[in-house]
Order: sequence, then structure tokens, then C-alpha cells
Amino acid sequence: MDIFLQQIINGLVLGSIYALVALGYTMVYGILGLINFAHGDVVMVGALVALSIFQPLSASGVPVPLVLLLALGASMTICIALGVSIERVAYRPLRRAPRLAPLITAIGVSILIQYTAAMIWGKQYISLPPLLKTTQLELGGAHFTDLQAVIFLLACAVMGGLYWFVTRTRMGAAMRATEQNPDVAGLMGININFIIALTFVVGSGLAAVAGLMVVLYYGIGHYYMGFILGLKAFTAAVLGGIGNVTGAMLGGLLLGVIESLASGYIGDLTGGVFGSNYRDVFAFLVLVLVLIFRPSGLMGQPSAERA
Amino acid sequence: MSILRRSFAALGLAFLMIAAGCGKKEEAPPPKVEAPQAVPSATVVKIGVASPLTGPQAHIGNDIKNGVQLAVEDLNAQGVVIGGNKVEFVLVAEDDEANPTKATTVAQKLADAKVAGVVGHFNSGASIPASKIYSDAGIPQISPSSTNPKYTLQGFKTTFRVVAHDDQQGPTLARFAVEKLGAKKIAVIDDSTAYGQGLADAFEKTAKSLGANIVAREHTTDKDTDFTAILTKIKGAKPDLVMFGGIDPQAGPMAKQMASLGISAKLIGGDGIQTPNFVKLAGEAAEGQMASMPGLPKEKMPGGQKFVEKYKAKFGKEVELFAPMGYDAVFVFVDSMKRAGSADPAKYLPEVGKTKIDGVIGPIEFDEKGDLKNGPITVYVVKGGNWEALETVIPLGAPGGGGRARDGAREEARGVHRRPSQVA
Repeated sequence: MDIFLQQIINGLVLGSIYALVALGYTMVYGILGLINFAHGDVVMVGALVALSIFQPLSASGVPVPLVLLLALGASMTICIALGVSIERVAYRPLRRAPRLAPLITAIGVSILIQYTAAMIWGKQYISLPPLLKTTQLELGGAHFTDLQAVIFLLACAVMGGLYWFVTRTRMGAAMRATEQNPDVAGLMGININFIIALTFVVGSGLAAVAGLMVVLYYGIGHYYMGFILGLKAFTAAVLGGIGNVTGAMLGGLLLGVIESLASGYIGDLTGGVFGSNYRDVFAFLVLVLVLIFRPSGLMGQPSAERA
Repeated sequence: MSILRRSFAALGLAFLMIAAGCGKKEEAPPPKVEAPQAVPSATVVKIGVASPLTGPQAHIGNDIKNGVQLAVEDLNAQGVVIGGNKVEFVLVAEDDEANPTKATTVAQKLADAKVAGVVGHFNSGASIPASKIYSDAGIPQISPSSTNPKYTLQGFKTTFRVVAHDDQQGPTLARFAVEKLGAKKIAVIDDSTAYGQGLADAFEKTAKSLGANIVAREHTTDKDTDFTAILTKIKGAKPDLVMFGGIDPQAGPMAKQMASLGISAKLIGGDGIQTPNFVKLAGEAAEGQMASMPGLPKEKMPGGQKFVEKYKAKFGKEVELFAPMGYDAVFVFVDSMKRAGSADPAKYLPEVGKTKIDGVIGPIEFDEKGDLKNGPITVYVVKGGNWEALETVIPLGAPGGGGRARDGAREEARGVHRRPSQVA
């Protein structure tokens, strides 16, 4: 039982990071109908910027909370600037183009960011200097660190804040209106370009937070890390129903837990035929099943094709 | 594997590269003009060396080249007579850039230059494609450093190596774990790569045969950083040792996550982990973790001390890693040539396999595949943030290799074994 609980905890921590990244995919898709493949790489940039702040400051005697704040500030600033520039340069000129064009641009931007990062930070793995002292916590026989708890709670708080922002504020209402129909929303006096830029600001800000969490939790970063993370987060967004903010959160957490349970139990359940290396297969199997029975994802609304 | 690990070159290695770059100026001018003012009667025999001389692995490649150069100079100073003729050796160095494609080009160049033998390449990924060309040309090749078992399994008569390979490393590590550490319940994880899974499989097989219980066999990938799920499962199996076949970017976070999950068992791995980078990535969790590395610690090599001094006097820097192997490889060629009475590869090639010499690295003999017999493997442990040699084990299963050379070298100088973080 304690093992089961431990796997759930592992999955929730992993899933909360997926969820934060998934939000970036889902928000952009909701508004632009575009899969922003560069989003994973924005997370990577956030992570590497944070590492660049940690490297010189970790041993300098600057208080740890200040270092964390500085790192968060720097990676958020850079990620947001990056996100908005991507939108302005790579997506806005193609907004009325056939759907395939921005998709290709997105992949191009992703590769561009990756290799720019490789030029700046090099291709080697960058490690986190000793910064945080973690404390072991125990809950019903399951072990976790205070850092894991903070990551999970912070991710939940950020997601709660986002939910409030989207559903309860005027800006959020404008966002939802743009999502439903950009042209009509524009006729109603909503500045579409501003709202779309805002979406990228929020998405990239969340990416920076996720990047910082990844760095603190795993203590490692490199220029290629955004790819896998992005892929998983994208899956989570689809699982939850792409375009749906609550769905992305749910999808992220669910994917984390499924992966965790799959690698924990798949070997025993199949009598050793499939090992833990099949966990991704299992995760995608769940995705396929969900899409067969609910083609628009767990929380997604069936959407009519836009005119 | 090699490509992956190449990318791990830590920033610090940049300094070494610069050092290597600077060192170049002091070195002899390019090999082709290095032809000696030959004594008229001496026959010229070309020895090729192929390794990465530029790029992130340049420091290791130049190290090998320097070792070969030292051997050539020593032999020329001694004056070697082969088949009644006085012989003058000439070094032909080529840069393979640690690139498999470039390696084949370079191999063809060496074959066209009619070298008598090739020392190289550094990376398994370069040695393997190049070996086909040497085999076709009938030129013996001795790799000082490539550990991938495949290298000698291609059925070529020309491939040899003077370093223990991964299939020797796994069983040796297992014997160390079971016999020395007394591990009874072992969890095995691999990263699903040819290197990692091969190492883990070999480890598992031997550990089982020695009576240890493999309580969990898990897999991850060489791109993952989250191992909490499999580690949790492993925790439930309560192992007293966790073996990981893989490389440091996974092993580092893995050690950390083991600590945060409250797993007290130690982590043990192969040469992919025995890097300064692992210690950096794992932080405090690195302490006490173990890893093996083919070869003796260089100051434990029979001719090590003398070699290190000679090398330093000549090149003004420390031996990185594989220079002694490069040096010995040349002596293997020359010894075979002497026995065959000819420097013609076609004539002396059959003799290479029968080599029995005492090199800098210890006794050198080859098995029927061309692998080093009794290649020693040293197990290291992290102590105070540095890798320290713990024990050297000679693999079993070869004449004369029945036991292990226990050196209990706990007093090893710290941080001497700076292992380049690239794969060999």
C-alpha cells in the first residue's frame, strides 16, 4: 500500500510539471488553433536561464530565497520576451495562411531555439549547484521531499490562479471570446492582437515556472530537454481536451499518475512480459482509448470546424 | 553512445582542449614532414595513428597520438632490426574528429599511405566503421580505448584492442558486487541503449550465476530524468545494491532520487558513470556510489610511473588517459614484426594475435577475437566528491587470470583519475 501511495505521489509531482507545460499548449491552441511546437523549447530556455543564475550565485552567499526569486524573475522575463517574439515573428504573419504553414513554422522555431540554446549554453548537460537542502517527509509509509511538496502545491496554486484569471476577469472573458471566434470578438472591440500576445505571455510565464521546477527537482538541464517534456505535455493537453484549460491540468496530472503506475505495475501485471520501459506505450494506449470514446479529450467540447 | 557522451564534455574540458591546442605548438610538426633524415640503409616503416585531434575530444585524441609518438621515438632511439634490416619508424597521424564518417575517410587515407599498422581509433563509433577498411587492406588495427564488444566481433582478423571491453566489465562488476560487497539482493536498471543494456545484461547473468538474487530488472531511456516510479518499485523489493547500466546524465538524477525516496542501497555502474560529471549531477547523493573503469589506475600500471614522467618531460603535461595504451600498441606491432621478420602487414599480421609482452599497462596477450586477455578493471568510489580507486579486478576465464589483483588502493591520490567524460 505504501508503494502504491508512493507511486501516486511520484505521479502527481511529475504530472504537475506536465500540467504547467500543457497549459501553454492548450491556451495557444484554443485561441489560434495552432500547436505551438516551440513551447517545450521555451520551457528549456527558462530552465537554462535559471541554471545560469544559479551557477554563479549558489556559492556567493546571496540568500537562497533571493537567488530563487532572481532566477524566477530572469527566466520569466526571458521566456515571456521569447514567447511574444515567436508569436510576433513566426505566427502573426501566417495567421490567415493555410493551417499547415504555421505548423511548419512552429517546428522551425523549435529547432531554431534548440540550436541557439546549444550555441549559448553548449551541448553538454548543465548541473544544478548545491542550492537547496531538502528535508525528507513521510506520509503513510511514502517518502517525499519538501521540494516535491512545494512543486506540487505551487503548480496547483498557479493553475488555480490561471483558472480564476480565465473565468473571472474581464481579460479572461476577452480571451474566451477570442477563442470562440476571433473575428466576432474583434468586432466587439476586443484587441485581438493584444489578447493573443497575452496568451503567449501567460503561457511562456508558466513555461518559465515549469522550467525552474524541472531544474530544481532534477538538478539537470540541457538544450534538448524541451523536446521530450513538450511531447509529454502536448499529450497531456490532448488527453484533457486540447483548448480546454481545466482539461490540460487534469490531463497533466493524469498522465503523470498513469506513467508512474504503469512503470510501477506493468511488469507485475503482465508477468514480466512488458517491463517498465513500456510505460510510454501504456500512457499512449490510454490516450488512444480516451480519444476513441471521447474524440475531443476528457474535458473538451466537440468543436465545429471554424469557417 | 559515443555521440551522446561526446556531448557531455563539461565546460571544464574546454580548458583541457585549450591546453591540448597549446600543446600542439610544442609538438613535432605535421607527421608527413616528420620523415627522419633517414640513415640511407634503414627501411622506413609507417605507423598510423587515428584519433580525434580537433573538437571537444581533442585532448584525449592528442593524448593517444603523443603516446604513439613517444613509442616511435623510443624505438628509433633503441634501433630496431627486423629481418636483418635496420628499421626507422615514422608516425602518420590522422584526425578522425570523433566522427564515424570522417573515420572511414581517414582509414582509407592511412591504407593508401601503406602504413604497417594503425593505432586507433578512440571512439568505438569510429573504430567499428574504420575496421572494415583496415581489414580489407589487411592492416592490423589496435584500438587503445574502444570498449564496445562489437568491435572485435565482426570476424575481422585485423582488429585488436588493448583495453577491457564492456562484456568483460559487466561480469567483473558483478563479481565485485557479489563477492566483495556481499550483495545478495540486487536491482538492475538499464537505459535501453546498446551500451547500457549490454552492460546490465552481462552484470545480471554473472550476478545470478554467483548466487545473487536479482530482485528487480527495470528499464529507462537515455533521455529520461525521472526515475521515481521505477525506483519506488525497486524500493519495494528492498535490494542491498542497485546496478545501473547507463551514463551519468541519468545516473546523477537517479542517485538524487534514490536519496529522496529513502533508498539506502548504493548505486554501482560502469565507465559511463565514472566521470566528474556524475559527482556534479548527483551532488551530495554521489558520496559512496561506485563505478568501474577498464584499465588500471595509471600509477598502478607496471610501467606507469616511468611512463608518466617520460611523457611529462616530453610534452610538458600530464597523461590524460589512453597514452600508455597507445604506446603499448606500437610495441605490440613491433614485437610481432620482429617475430615475423618482416614489417609487411601480410606477413606479420598472424603474429599479432600471438603477442605476449609486458607493456606499460601490464602483460599484453590477445584472445582469439583480438580482445585483451585479463584486461584489468578498476572499481572506483566517490569519496569527498572525488572518484577514488577502490579495487582492481582481473576478469576471470583466461589462463593466468584466475585471481584478482587486490591492491586495496584506498590511499590513492585524490582526483588523479580524471576520466574524460567521453565514451571510449
